[in-house]
This record gives sequence, structure tokens and C-alpha cells, in this order.
Amino acid sequence: MEWINVLVQGVLLGGLYALFAAGLSLMFGVMRFINIAHGDFIVVAAYLMLVMVLTLGLHPVIGIGLVVILMGCAGYLGQRFLLNRVLDEDILPPVLVTFGLSIIIQNSLLETFSADSQRVPSGDFATASLRVSDELAVGVLPLAMFLAAVGVIGVLQFIFYRTALGRLLRATSDDPEIVPLMGANNSHIFALATALASGVVAIAGTMLAMKTNFDPTIGPSRLLFAFEAVIIGGMGNIWGTLAGGIILGVAQAIGAQIDAGYQILAGHLAFLAVLIVRPKGLFAKAKG
Amino acid sequence: MAQLDLLSTSRGPDVTRLALIGVGLIVFVALAAAPFWAGRADLRLLMEALSFLALAQMWNLLAGYTGLISVGQQAYVGLGGYLFFALAMFAGIPVLWAIPLAAIAAGIIAIPTGWIAFRLQGAYFAIGTWVIAEVFRLIAAQFPALGGGSGISLPVALARSIAETRGGREMVMYYIAFVLAAGAVLAVWLLLRSRWGLALTAIRDSEPAAASLGVNIRRVKFFVYVGTAMGTALTGAFIFLQKLRITPEAAFSVTEWSTFVIFIVVIGGLGTIEGPIIGVILFFLLRDLAADLGTWYLIGLGALAIAVMLIDRRGIWGAFRARGLPTLFVTQRTLK
Amino acid sequence: MSKLLETHALQAFYGDFQALFGIDLSVEDGETVAIIGANGSGKSTFLRAVTGMRPATGQSISFDGTQIAGLRANRIHHLGLAMVPEGRRLFPSLTVEENLKIGAAGNRPGPWSLAEVYKLFPALLERRHHGGTELSGGQQQMVAIGRALMSNPRLLLCDEISLGLAPKVIREIYGSVPLIRERGTALVVIEQDIAQALKVADRVYCFQEGRVSLSGRPAELSREDIAAAYFGMEDA
Repeated sequence: MEWINVLVQGVLLGGLYALFAAGLSLMFGVMRFINIAHGDFIVVAAYLMLVMVLTLGLHPVIGIGLVVILMGCAGYLGQRFLLNRVLDEDILPPVLVTFGLSIIIQNSLLETFSADSQRVPSGDFATASLRVSDELAVGVLPLAMFLAAVGVIGVLQFIFYRTALGRLLRATSDDPEIVPLMGANNSHIFALATALASGVVAIAGTMLAMKTNFDPTIGPSRLLFAFEAVIIGGMGNIWGTLAGGIILGVAQAIGAQIDAGYQILAGHLAFLAVLIVRPKGLFAKAKG
Repeated sequence: MAQLDLLSTSRGPDVTRLALIGVGLIVFVALAAAPFWAGRADLRLLMEALSFLALAQMWNLLAGYTGLISVGQQAYVGLGGYLFFALAMFAGIPVLWAIPLAAIAAGIIAIPTGWIAFRLQGAYFAIGTWVIAEVFRLIAAQFPALGGGSGISLPVALARSIAETRGGREMVMYYIAFVLAAGAVLAVWLLLRSRWGLALTAIRDSEPAAASLGVNIRRVKFFVYVGTAMGTALTGAFIFLQKLRITPEAAFSVTEWSTFVIFIVVIGGLGTIEGPIIGVILFFLLRDLAADLGTWYLIGLGALAIAVMLIDRRGIWGAFRARGLPTLFVTQRTLK
Repeated sequence: MSKLLETHALQAFYGDFQALFGIDLSVEDGETVAIIGANGSGKSTFLRAVTGMRPATGQSISFDGTQIAGLRANRIHHLGLAMVPEGRRLFPSLTVEENLKIGAAGNRPGPWSLAEVYKLFPALLERRHHGGTELSGGQQQMVAIGRALMSNPRLLLCDEISLGLAPKVIREIYGSVPLIRERGTALVVIEQDIAQALKVADRVYCFQEGRVSLSGRPAELSREDIAAAYFGMEDA
């Protein structure tokens, strides 16, 4: 029974990791762009949520909405006016620029909010739980977050495969040189992709803020979790990313059950194991 | 003066270049004689700068010539440090022998590690190496004998075994740092002038072209990966000998051993031997000037790295060279 | 008739290498122009400059009275210039129909629609939900042409559309040209198949080493002139 509990906690945690991963995967898919500051953006969203709820006293749902809008706009502008300028075959400039952003964000947050650990209160929601049996209880908040994560990934899937924007994003992923010959502006499409990814990052960050304690330095490890979920699930497969997040979450939960010090290590080892056995990921699309 | 002969091959006398070589030689001699003129604090600062120069040259060789962007070289700084502590404290190996042995052991570990990391390409490789460094850090924290998560200090007796007096120890330590840095510069330079250098330069300029010339790109990259891992571990072993204390956080710090090193190389000029030298000088000057600014200094450093990418991604040395400044370390024979 | 496309002394460089040396070329409204020439004669470079894939900043290219040199490709496309790129370049992760729809991303009004494209190439209708790159070479070429038509261009540029296709398939594809012309679209076809080019074009330009070596109406050009202009034989 104890192990079932561990498994359930791991799966629920995996939903959050899948959200971390979805934004990263989207940007890489469309632009072959890896954002080293991805985890720091998640933390920025968490702090924005803190300001919305604690400083401005807004309802959490309104807070989430505003953070999504803010992050989406910032993502659009940042891509259009900064990141687009360093996008090309050479991977060093984007890596360096986002590395620089990561340092700037971490230290700006330290300067503004101090190094203290923070958490956004979510009222009774945080402690309520559903009793499945005598020994198994599922927290309402983690469950709601998991369902929200699945919902967000479903929406992304819908946008990608059922809308004109999604068509453009997939076309850009295939052959960015030809897309302008269809009358579409690459800079705009890239910026839209980042805006979309930033919206997902915003949701992930606000959830992180309500679920656990956070401080300005936790961004890089969120980047690594996101990255691991993407690779485990297989690139270019949104549902695979969800599966990757869940596998990572379960591995971490099992590790933590053995010894608190093993939680993160177990996740990393699961990732390395997948990398050794199936470098393309467990659920990679057949096409190369 | 063998140094002068090496430096002046293949190009005719050129006033600027001769001036540059002159400055380089003066700095070299001044550094070689530092224990005789520098104070204790200055010497420590120089040792740190020289260690960073060695790390920067290794990263430069890896990223600048093979295009392998690693954000995980702290794996080898930490590994070098921990292996050195383990060899010196538990295997009873004399301290000065434990440093190169730690580097060799790290090189052996780098072979399977590289095999895994090479399953990822491009930016994925960058983050993959970071994950691997984190794994090393977490594993290091699991060894109670090495202090676990809180780290361990080098016994005083071992430090004393280098030299009896404090002054003597500092002298020995300084010359290790000096040899490390000069050795790293010389090693990269000689490598680039060798037949391997031709392959590396070809890979840097165009991988498809290099492949069509029969260069086994994967093998060259792998050798360079393992080689730079050893160089990095060698420096790491020395750094923690100097610090006399090692913790997982300090040994595998991404900020210290990746962020700073990468910024040094890129701001100075990636893919040149002079770039990391310029970068280290600038980095330590800025750090000295901005010591009181704390986080703002780091924010400024991040902004500077972004600015270099936006304005001229070749870095300071690359930008100067494109405007006609001659090379100090000639690595290729020009056909003109 | 008015000039739809006109280049004046167009030059192009790849670094130090000059690929085009002063090309004067014009296309009139509704006209079909063929450009022939050996590999490396500058045909594709010319198309890349005109479409904005390689912005020809500072050069003189006018389209429908507007200076388009140096504009970005998507801007030029909005003015009514579409291209069928060499090698088709379909989007592999999109279906046939999605490939066609993306051609209409610019929302230019005109006679062409999904239904019209399917009428032009009936073979595509039943395969519209297949992946764009699962089709035969000829059908892929039809998708590429259809995709360009979906933007209702005033000028359609076709780069080597017969390359690698069987003669029967080439005839089928060129069979669609009159139907495209009927709707008032002008064409520029780049061809290695000289006979095909002469058959379909109102006027022909021959490129050689980045220069126009010959131009005129097919009926007025002798075999010998063309051979000389194409292969660069003096006094042939």
C-alpha cells in the first residue's frame, strides 16, 4: 500500500514536470532553440504569482490568468527583439544569451525578493485530500494540478494539429526557409511559438508556487527536470512528454522513498538509463 | 629563448606583432617571477586567475574547435578534486603525485561518461552534460568517508608534506598554478599546430567539409572531450589542494566552473588561444572593481555576455583580429 | 501590356563570388517566360533574389510597379509572387491538404481555392489526408504547384518542376500550365528540359555564367543559337 501511495505521488508530480517540459519542447521543436533560462522563467512566473496573490491580494485564478498574459507578452517581445537576433545554425549564441539571461534573472530575483524561501498559500485547497482507502489519500491540490497539466497538454495538442497557427508552427519546424514563401513572417511565428511556450511556463510556474517552496536559485534544476522529461518521452511527441514527466516523477518518488537524498539522483539515473537504452526516447515518432 | 623562435614562425616581422610578443614575454617573465615580487594576497589572486586560465583554455578547445558546447565541465573540476582528496587521504599517495593521478582517473571515467553524453547533440548535449555533472555531485554527497554532503578538509599533515614552511608551500603551489596555465596554453597551441590541429580547425570551420576530407569527426571530438576532461580534472585537483577543503556544492558548482569559465572564453574570443587570456584578465579586473556590488556584478556579467553575442560573437580578441590585429599564437600557415 | 516583373542590371554575390552579372529581364502580365541554362548559370540565384529568399538589397527589381529588391520574402509574397521551389520542399509533417492550406496563409483573394486545386489535380483529392511526402514524385510536384497557387499569385515562379520525373508525368504537369494561364497568372519556368521550355513559353531567356546569353520568342530562335547560348560555344 505504501508503494502504491509512492506511485500515485510520483504520477501526480510527473504532471508538473510534463508542464515544465512542454514549453521547452515546443521551442525546440519549432526553432531548434534550447532556452537555458527555461527553469528561471518558471521561477519568474512563481514570483509573479506571489506578487499577484500576496501583494495585490488577487484570487489565485485571476492571478494565474494575469501571469499567463504577462509571460505570454514578455515571451513574444523577448523572442522578437532579442532571441530572434541570435537564431541561426550556430548553437552557441542562443545558449550563451539564454545562459546570460539565466544569471540576470536569478540575481535580479535575489536582489528583489531575497534568498528566502517562499510559498503561495492556496487556502484549504492545499491540505484537502480525497480518501481512496484507509491507507491511500490523494491531495486535492496535486490532483487538480495533474488534471490541469493533462488539460494544458491536450490544448497544446489541439493547437498543433487542428488550427492554422499549429499548421504554421509544424511547417516552420519542418522547413523554416520555405515558410516565408507562403507569405508568413518567420520572426512573427517564432515569437508566437515563444509566447505560447511562455504561457505554458506561466501555468507551470504558478502551480509550482502553490505546490512547494521556491527561491531564486531553483530554476536550473527545473530546467534539468524539463529536459529529462522531454528526452525520456521522445522529441516531437507531446503525449510522450507527459509520459516522460510521469516516469521522471515516479522515479523521483521511488528514490525519495528509499532515502530522502536519493530523490533527485533517482530521476537523473532514470534519465541516463533511457538515454543509454533508447537515446531517441521511449515514445519518439518513428520518423527521424 | 626557445619561446621567441616558436612564436615568430611563418610570418615576417611586423611591428604590431613584435610589440604584442614583447608584451606577452614581459607578462610571462613577470608571472614566472611572481613569488619574488607579489604579496601573499596578490599571489593567491594570481593562482586563482591562472587556474581559471587553464580551465578556460580547456573549455575553449572543446567548444571553440569541436563545437561541443558543454555546460557540465564542473563534473571534471569536482571529480578531479574529489579523486585527489581520495587518493591523497586514503590511498596514501604523495600529494604532488595524487594530482596527476586524479587527472588520469578522471580521464578513465570520462570515457563511459562521454559515451553517454555523445548520444545527445548540439544544445541537448549542453544540458545533458549538466545533468551528468549533477549526478556526480549527488553521488559525491553519498560518500560518508569523503564527508558526504558537508564535505571534508585535507589533513594538515598532508598539506605540510608539500613543504615545511608556509612560504615554501605557497611557492610550490604558485608554480603548480603557473605550470598548469602555461601548460594549458602551450598544449592547445601545439595541438593546433600538429596534424590534429588541421582536423580540428577543419571541424571548427565546416563539419561537412571536414568529413569529406576524411576526418573522423566523432573520434576527434571524443578524444578532445576526454583530453579536456583530464586537463579540467588536473586543474580541479589543484584548485582543491589550494582550498584545502572540498564540498559537493563547491566542487560541482555550475556558476563557478561553467558560467564564469564560459563567459571568460566567449567574452575574450572563442576559438582563439588569446581570447581566454584576454577574458581572464578582464574577468578578474571587473571582479576586483565590482567587488562591492555583489549580485549586480553578476547581472552585469550576464549582460556583457549577451552584448558580445549581439554585437560581435567572435568576442573581444576576434573583433580586434578582424580589424587587423595580428595573431600572437600562429596556428596555421597562410598560403599567401 | 504592362511589365509585371522587371529587373535591371541585377547582380548577386556569394561572398566574393559573383553569381549574377547585370541581368535585365522582364515578364509581362499574363505572360509565360522560360529561363534555361546549364547548372550554375545563375537561374536559381536569380529566383532567390526575386523572391527575397536572398534579399537583393540595393538592386533594381520591380514587381507590379513596386520596388521589391531587399524586401523580405513574406512581403514580396503578399504582393502576389509565389514560388514552386526546387525539390518541391513539401512540409513532411503536414498532410496534402494542410500543405495546400498553408499556401493560403497570406489570405490573398482570387480564383484559386482548395476545390479549384483539386479540380486541376484530381489525383490529390483522394490523397488529401496522406502525408505530403508519402506521394509519388509527380503528385508531390502537383502539391507544390497547388500550394503556390493557393496564394492566388499574379506571378508564379517554377524552379525545375520536371527534375527527376518520368516524361509522362512531366507532360501531365505541364498540361496544367494552360489552365493556370487562363486564370490570368503569369509564369516564369526554370527548365533544364529545353524542348519543354520552348513548347510552353511565350519568350525564353538563356542564362550562361550569370549573364543573359540569349532571349527571344521560341519561334524566332534557331537550334544553333540556343546551343551556343546554352553551352557557350563561340560563333556556333
